Amino acid sequence: MSIPSHPAPTAARRRISAFFYRRRWLKLLTLLTPPLGWLLIVYLAALAVLLATAFWQQDVLSGKIVHTWTWANLQSIRDDSAIHTVTRNTVQMALLVTLTDMLLAFPLAYYMVRVASRRTRSLLFLGVLMPLWSSYLIKAYTWRLMTGDAGTINWAFDKVGVGPFHIAYTTTAMWLAFSYIWLPYMVLPIYAALERIPGSLLEASSDLGGRAGRTFRSVILPLALPGIAAGSIFTFSLTLGDYIMVDLVGGNKQDFLGSLIFRYQGVANDLPLAAAIALIPVAVISLYLVLVKRLGAFEAL
Amino acid sequence: MESRTTRIALRVVAFAVMGFIYAPLLVIVMASFNAAKVPTWPIVHYSTHWWSLAIHDDRARTALENSFKVAAAATAVALLLGTAAAFALSRYRFFGKNSISLLFVLPIALPGIVTGLSLLSVIRYFGITPSLTTVVVGHATFCIVVVYNNVVARLRRSSVSFEEASMDLGADGWQTFRYVSLPNLATALVAGGLLAFALSFDEIVVTNFTAGFQETLPLWIYNQFRLPNTAQEVNAVAVFVIALTALPVFLAQRLMRDSGGLTSR
Repeated sequence: MSIPSHPAPTAARRRISAFFYRRRWLKLLTLLTPPLGWLLIVYLAALAVLLATAFWQQDVLSGKIVHTWTWANLQSIRDDSAIHTVTRNTVQMALLVTLTDMLLAFPLAYYMVRVASRRTRSLLFLGVLMPLWSSYLIKAYTWRLMTGDAGTINWAFDKVGVGPFHIAYTTTAMWLAFSYIWLPYMVLPIYAALERIPGSLLEASSDLGGRAGRTFRSVILPLALPGIAAGSIFTFSLTLGDYIMVDLVGGNKQDFLGSLIFRYQGVANDLPLAAAIALIPVAVISLYLVLVKRLGAFEAL
Repeated sequence: MESRTTRIALRVVAFAVMGFIYAPLLVIVMASFNAAKVPTWPIVHYSTHWWSLAIHDDRARTALENSFKVAAAATAVALLLGTAAAFALSRYRFFGKNSISLLFVLPIALPGIVTGLSLLSVIRYFGITPSLTTVVVGHATFCIVVVYNNVVARLRRSSVSFEEASMDLGADGWQTFRYVSLPNLATALVAGGLLAFALSFDEIVVTNFTAGFQETLPLWIYNQFRLPNTAQEVNAVAVFVIALTALPVFLAQRLMRDSGGLTSR
């Protein structure tokens, strides 16, 4: 291999370089200002407008937003038991999907890292990654067809002589579809976490008399936890705010927080009330983030 | 370490999960060749009718082009800003660093509907006309985070001493970045960029709130579902897009395996 040679920088460039090198804070400022500015202006400011909108009101006649402060939206959320039920159902579904994906993803990731040959591992890795590139909408729509009364699932059940089961537009159908679509988001962080565990730790554990079960519980699981927690942020948050699947797979038979927000904003054209309801998932996720941050989830994203 | 029984059990479960991942994709591919007007199962007659319909659909083609433009622009913004942020937050210590790190996680931690509704509130408040540009702004916000995460992970594993050595040997800041930092980051940038592109290309939740009259591909698909007898054509378009994106993803993945990226050990 030949060593590439590069011309020494010109005097002017060297001066600029030295200027920045001596003033590390200036370099930091140059690096940090554009991305931070973007997130502050586009994202945080937008969240602030959302928060403000939740305290404004919709003029019934003109459909315009009146910028007078009111608690009315939050009060109607507090007093509306239907919204409470929807919140409970949505959080339950998000937790159920998260748990399902953990149970499916962990053995797969574990197999990839600890058992599979190098070749199989990279094939499986690609295999998990590829579905992320196929349309989310098409996958959702396919689950609508598969869970139909005369769909693929009932067809398969019929072949083995059971069923038919009515799962079309039910919570079960949505649970299947959600768990399916977010699964890669759980596999990848768990895989990354398991892969980072040095083999020497496992040898040490067995040298010290730890059997397979003990090594798993005391070494592997604690080290994989940040990855599991990171994956759960995706599955939990993605389920919590979804309204597409509620429409395509659930047939809008049962409301979720996402579909409620979408409808208030769209059909009812009541942006302030939609904004107020949107504060519910924000609060739930914030609470969830505080919990998983302690497990080291942010370092494993 | 694992016993023989455990290994076999793991293999069975792993391949069952892979089957769960791929069975619906197989159904999609097969459905695109279903001759029937409405989706049915099992498929009785096969035909390429929906494929020829999809290929000659101008609206679908425009939507596809729009999606490419949006994803390319959002990814470009994300690569620049995400990398800068990753350097700032992993190579420097400063006041408020923890809060800023949290801010860089928020756009993917909060549900898309919150981002979408927030941007819609801004659009309404300032009377901005929604267009592909507003879509790009919305997408770039979560794409920045994806690139940032990938680059930060790489920087955490690589030592500063290479960069210091380069400076000691007489390179200036730009040369050090160009010949030392950048090659080390290349695969992380490819991985982050690809993921950002894919997420933007497929995004519907935020897009729905920020788009004007121009359709991206997911918007076209979602609108097609509202019309009768169109699901079959949508299937064909979807399979076409999967085929189109499969190759670059596959190649990028191989590239990274060979040069110490995601799949290496």
